[in-house]
Amino acid sequence: MIVAERKPMAEIIEMVKDCKKVLVLACRGCVTVCSAGGEREAAILASLVRLGLKKEGREVEITEGSLVRQCDKEYIDAIDQWNGQYDAILSTACGVGVNFIANLRKNDMVYPALNTTFFGGSAEQGVWSEQCAGCGDCVLHLTGGLCPVARCAKSLMNGPCGGSVDGRCEISRDVDCIWQSIHDRLGSFGRSAQMEAIAPIRDWSTAGHGGPRKVERKDLTV
Amino acid sequence: MSFEPKITLFSCHYTSQQSCAEDGKELQQLGFPASVSMIRVPCTGKVQVTSLLKAFEDGADGVYVVGCPLDGCHNVKGSVRAARRVGAVQKALAELDVESDRIAMYHLPRGLQPEFVAAGVEMDKKIRDLGPSPFNKI
Repeated sequence: MIVAERKPMAEIIEMVKDCKKVLVLACRGCVTVCSAGGEREAAILASLVRLGLKKEGREVEITEGSLVRQCDKEYIDAIDQWNGQYDAILSTACGVGVNFIANLRKNDMVYPALNTTFFGGSAEQGVWSEQCAGCGDCVLHLTGGLCPVARCAKSLMNGPCGGSVDGRCEISRDVDCIWQSIHDRLGSFGRSAQMEAIAPIRDWSTAGHGGPRKVERKDLTV
Repeated sequence: MSFEPKITLFSCHYTSQQSCAEDGKELQQLGFPASVSMIRVPCTGKVQVTSLLKAFEDGADGVYVVGCPLDGCHNVKGSVRAARRVGAVQKALAELDVESDRIAMYHLPRGLQPEFVAAGVEMDKKIRDLGPSPFNKI
């Protein structure tokens, strides 16, 4: 899922300080699962915005709404139901949702309530960790299913580096050296020799270095 | 200028049940502050962040939660969850540049114990010292 976290309240209050009516718009997709921008978090945010603006001596009328997702046109169209009830939309979706609203709602000002952080999963309750960088050219079949792009601080394709000590990364003792983990995992399958293959210089254009990316499926287009 | 604080207490049913005996008269006799309005909940684990924030929106100058001891919650982790949520509101208050001491969590033994009254007295004093909530400007 896409993992995100709420921006600092001072930043959010600054965005909406001149608004009289705000639509706090939750997303029931990834950000609900990672407890950053679902209906519950949007209700908390709405309360904090009301309190923050009250403290500044400003009154604001907040409408709370939610969409199934904010990354599909048909759901964005549903914002029509709140027409006239807001000066600006404060979206608790990831950056994709905010962009979609900006793309499709020419007359609506939209602000991001979240910082979109990474593609990850629940490590334990209340903890999420990065697992994938969306680089567009997976090497997971070569690395035992563990991603060196997202999970190595240097995104090395031929690791580990000299900073790997006792299975830990040099950036922090709390961070696993993913190349050590790759070595251990391949070894458990009797495939340690795979580590000796030199990965060629990589073309990073698929990782966004070649500009914004697009996936087009002709068989699905209408 | 004198200031009469408005304090909202969310209390575990089990912790507060004897506090409500005889319509709370015994509590008053023991010196429980009149500034505290008590909301009883089946378990403090039921108290959501939104409930705590709404108390401030409704004009509370201070809010506190009284739940079971950490290792003695009837619902195992209810008071642990409540403490975490109180912590989340403390952090949010700090982000809004408001004293995080305006909300607190207490883990107290069940029944009408002296600690229950003492917690109310402590919150009353703390909020009087802090003054009116900055959220009550309008």
